[in-house]
Amino acid sequence: MEKAATKNRAWKFGDNLNTDEIIPARYNITIVEKELAEHVFCEVYPEFAPNVKAGDVVVGGMNFGCGSSREHAPIAIKGSQVKCVIAGSYARIFYRNAINIGLPILESVEASREIQDGDEIDVDLATGEIRNLTQGKTYLAKPLPKFVLQIVQAGGIVNFLKNNDIEDLM
Amino acid sequence: MGTLIEEIFSRKLGRTVQAGEIVLSDVDYIMSHDNTTPLAIKAWREIGKPIKDKNKIVIHFDHAYPAPNLAAAEAQKRIVDFMKAQDIQNFYHQGVCHQVMIEEGYVKPGYVIIGGDSHSNTYGAFGAFGTGFGSTEIGVAWVAGKTWFRVPETILVHIIGATKPGVYAKDVMIHIAGVMGMDGATYRSVEFAGPYIDALPMVERIIFSNMSTEIGAKCGLIAPDQTTIDYLQNHTRAQGPFDWIKPVNPRYERLIEIDASSLEPQVACHPDVDNVKPLAEVAGLPIDEVFIGTCTNGRYEDLEIAASLLKGRKVSRFTRLIVTPASTTIYQKALANGLIQVFMDAGATIGVVGCGACIGRHGGLLAPKERAFTTMNRNFIGRMGSPEAEIYLGSPAAAAATAIEGKIADPRKYLEG
Repeated sequence: MEKAATKNRAWKFGDNLNTDEIIPARYNITIVEKELAEHVFCEVYPEFAPNVKAGDVVVGGMNFGCGSSREHAPIAIKGSQVKCVIAGSYARIFYRNAINIGLPILESVEASREIQDGDEIDVDLATGEIRNLTQGKTYLAKPLPKFVLQIVQAGGIVNFLKNNDIEDLM
Repeated sequence: MGTLIEEIFSRKLGRTVQAGEIVLSDVDYIMSHDNTTPLAIKAWREIGKPIKDKNKIVIHFDHAYPAPNLAAAEAQKRIVDFMKAQDIQNFYHQGVCHQVMIEEGYVKPGYVIIGGDSHSNTYGAFGAFGTGFGSTEIGVAWVAGKTWFRVPETILVHIIGATKPGVYAKDVMIHIAGVMGMDGATYRSVEFAGPYIDALPMVERIIFSNMSTEIGAKCGLIAPDQTTIDYLQNHTRAQGPFDWIKPVNPRYERLIEIDASSLEPQVACHPDVDNVKPLAEVAGLPIDEVFIGTCTNGRYEDLEIAASLLKGRKVSRFTRLIVTPASTTIYQKALANGLIQVFMDAGATIGVVGCGACIGRHGGLLAPKERAFTTMNRNFIGRMGSPEAEIYLGSPAAAAATAIEGKIADPRKYLEG
C-alpha cells in the first residue's frame, strides 16, 4: 500500500449528473477531445478543467450521464485525461458511448458514496480494485470485461476496428 | 429459458444467455435517419472498411424532410450521395422511421434491430429487440454487421383491468411513466404483459414499447401472440413464418402491477414526462398549439379518434391544430375515409408525413411563452422550438377536445353515447 506517490485525485460529483452538466450543448460545436475538455464540467465544477491532471479520477453518483445521447459528454471527460469514471450507476446510452469512445468507467455504489472530493485514489482497471489511500479503504468494482479493456486500449471502437475485426473483441 | 430478452438473445446466439452477460450478436437491421446518418457515415469513413451487408442498412428521411433549410438540404444530399455510391437499396421518405419500419416488414418477432434514434424501442411491441444507439455505433455496425450488448435484467409491468371510455393506452403509459420515473428502468428491459395488454390491438401496444424510452429502458417488449401475427400478415409486408417467442420460466428483477380500470385521462405536464397529473387537474389551461402525430400517436386509429371528436366542430379561434399522419399509407387511408376532410373543415393544418413538429425544426415550432398540447412521447424543454415554451402530453382524444376549446379539455364530454 505504499503507492502514495501517484497522487491521483478524486473529483466528486452528485447524482443524476446530465450530459448538459458534463458539457453544455453550446460547446458541442467540435468533437476534438482537447477542445471539449477545456469546458468539461464548467458550470457544475469550474475548478475541474483548469486543474485536473492525467490519472485523476471522476467520481459520480447514481445515473451518471443521463439526458441526451450525444457522444460529446464522454469525449469531453476523456479529453481531460482522467484515468476513469467511478459512479454508482450510469445512464444507458452514456455507458455505451463511454466504452465505445474509450473512456473507462467503473460501477461501485459504495465507492461512489464514500469517496470524498480530493481523496487520493488508485484504480486497477483490469481487476476493478479501487483503493482510497486517503481513507484507507478498498472497494471492488466489477472489473472491466476484457473486450472493454481492448476497446479502451485501442482508443475507442472506431480505432479498434481499423486494425481488427469485431470478433476479436470476444 | 428466461425473460423475453434472454430468449431473444439465446435464440440469436444458439446458447442459453442470461442477464448481465455481454454478448456479441448479429443484428438484423441497422436503422438511421436524416439526423443521425451523417455522423454514422463519418465513423464508417474513419474505420475505412467496406460495409458488411448493405441489405441490413435501412435509411429514412423523416426528421426534417423535405429539407426546411439549407443545412438540412446539404446533409440530405451527402446521405443520398453515400447511398448511391454504396448502392443502398433500403431508403424511405414515406413517414416516421419507426412506423415505416413496421409497415415495410422490417420488424419481426425475435429480430435484433438497432437504430440511430432513441425511440427504436418501438419494435419491442412485436417481440423484436429494438434499441437506440449513438451515430458512431451505427457506422460501426455497418462494418461489423454485429455489435456488443449487455443482456439486461427485466422489469415486468403487469397491467390488468380495462380502461374506461375516454381513457386510452396513451393515458395508461403516461401513468406508468409517472409511477416509474424517467430513470425507473435505466439499463433494463421492460416487459409489458397481463390481460390488459393481451386484449389491446397492435396500434395501442406500440405506445408502450415506444415510450419505454421515456423511463430509461433499453427496450420495451411485448410477447407476440395471435394479434401480433395477424397484424404483421394483414398490415405489413413482413413474411412469415413468425417466431412465437415467449418468456420461459422468467426471473424478473421487479414486478409492477397497474390497474388500468382505475385511471382517468392523464397528462404529462411541462417539463418532464414523469410530471404526470390527472387531466382534470390541468383542465382549462390555455393552449396555443395542438399537435396530433408522431411515432407514438400518428397512426390511422389515432386520427380516427381525433376526427370523431372534431366532426362538425371548429378549432378554437386562436389555437392552431396541426395533424401530421405518421406515414404516407396512413395519410392515404385517412384521405380515402374522409378524416382529412373532417380535420380541414374543423380548421386544422395538415402536416407533411414524418416527425413534423415533434423535433422542433419545422412544421409547427413554438414561440417563447407558447404552450402546446401534443400526442408526442416527450416534452423536454426546448423540444418544439423555444426553451421558454411549454409542452403537455396526452391522448389523441384529449388533444382533439383541447383543440376545440383552446384549453386543456376532457375528451369524454365529446364522445358519443
